[in-house]
Amino acid sequence: MPGEAAREVRFHVTRYNPERDAAPYVQTFTVPVREGMTVLDGLHYIKENLDASLVWRYSCRMGVCGSCGMLLNGRPMLACNTQILHIAGTDLTVGPLPNFDIIRDLVPDLVPMFQKHLSLNPFIVREDDEELNDPAGEFYQSPQQLEEYLQFTYCIKCGLCMAGCPTLATDARFLGPMPLTSAQRYNSDTRDGGRGLRREQAGSPHGAFRCHYAGECSHVCPKGVDPAKAIQHLKRSLVLDYLHLARKRQPCEKMHGPGQGQPLANIAAPPARTV
Amino acid sequence: MAEIKRHDNRLGLWGWLGGGRWGLERYAYILHRVTGLGILLYFLIHIFVTNLRFRGIYLWVEGSFFDKPIFKVGEYLVFVAFAYHALNGIRLVLVELGVAVGKPIEPVYPYKTSLTVQRPLLIVMMLLAAIVVAAGGYEFLGLTR
Repeated sequence: MPGEAAREVRFHVTRYNPERDAAPYVQTFTVPVREGMTVLDGLHYIKENLDASLVWRYSCRMGVCGSCGMLLNGRPMLACNTQILHIAGTDLTVGPLPNFDIIRDLVPDLVPMFQKHLSLNPFIVREDDEELNDPAGEFYQSPQQLEEYLQFTYCIKCGLCMAGCPTLATDARFLGPMPLTSAQRYNSDTRDGGRGLRREQAGSPHGAFRCHYAGECSHVCPKGVDPAKAIQHLKRSLVLDYLHLARKRQPCEKMHGPGQGQPLANIAAPPARTV
Repeated sequence: MAEIKRHDNRLGLWGWLGGGRWGLERYAYILHRVTGLGILLYFLIHIFVTNLRFRGIYLWVEGSFFDKPIFKVGEYLVFVAFAYHALNGIRLVLVELGVAVGKPIEPVYPYKTSLTVQRPLLIVMMLLAAIVVAAGGYEFLGLTR
C-alpha cells in the first residue's frame, strides 16, 4: 500500500567473485520492505541503492522464464514469485541454487542440466522426417492422450527441482528430475516414436532408477509439474519395456477427414521454408 | 576464451539431510538410506565374525565377547532397521511401478502432487513396520520364553 510504513529486513546474500574470492561469503544488506515486495524487488533495491556489483539472473519477473531460481531461507524458490514478507520476518538468506556450480554471486551454472536434458532427446522423434519438417496435415490426438503428458509440459527449466534433489547432491552424474520429466513428457506423447531412443540413457545406472522418491522436486516445483510422478511413470515404462510387456504403440497418424494429408484447398500455401 | 572459474556448490552428504522443503517422504528417504547403510555395515561385521569360526573363535556363544546386553540392543536395532527398510522398500517398489502415484493431471494452484496420493500407502507401511518392530521387541525382551 502506498502509505504503508516499510519494514526493515536484513538480506544475507551469498557473494562470490571468481576473479577475487577464493570461496563464497555472506554479505548483509538492510532493505526497507513493503507488503507485496518480492525477493527480486529486494535485490533490485540492493543493486540500485547499496551495492551495484551484486549479480543475479532474471528476465520475466512473473514466474514464467525460470531464470531467477535461488535458495531463499534454505528453500529453492523463484525470487520473482516469492514475497519477502511471506517467508521472512527480520532476516532472509539469499543464496545461489545448490547442486550447480556458482558462476558469480547468485548465478548458477545451468549448462550441465541442459546437457543432460539434451542427452534424452527432448523433442518429438518420428521416422517420417519429411512430414515432421514440412507438415501436410494435423496429427490427431484425443484430449485423453493430451492429458497423458500435458502436466509435464509446464516445466520452465528453472532448476529448482535439481537444487532440491538429495540424490543429485551426492551423484553429479544423476540425470535429475528435470531431464527425466522431459523424457517422460515426450515418451507419453502419441505423436512421438522416440521411446526406444531415450531408453538407454533413461535406464542407465545414473538414470531414472537413481531416484528414490524423496519428493523434494515435486515440493519445490513452482509450476505444479510433479517431476516425482513423471519419474515413477518413466520407471514403470522402463520395467515394462525390459520385460517386453509394454503395449506396442505406433506414433499416431495424421488426422482423418478433409485433406487426408493433403493441404486443404481453401487454406493458403505456407510460405517457402527459410531453413 | 579463458575458462571461467566456478565454485562447486554441490551439497554432498548434507544434501541428504538439508536443502529444500522437508516433506514426510524426505524423512522416509533419509531413514531408508541410513538403515540401508546400517544393515550393510552389520552384514560386513557378521561375515567377519562368523568367518572367525574357521580359526576356532566363537564370539557369540554364552560368556564370550558378543554375549553382552549392549550387543543385544544393537541386534534389536538391526532388526528395527531391517523392518523399516523392508517395508519402506515395498512401498518404493510399488511407487516405482506407478502404483499409488496417480495419473498426470492439469496443474491448478494450489498444486496437488503424487506425494499426497501415495501418502496413505506410506502410512500403512509405517504402521506395519511399527507392528513388526513392537513384535520383535516382545521377542528380544524375552517375553515369549
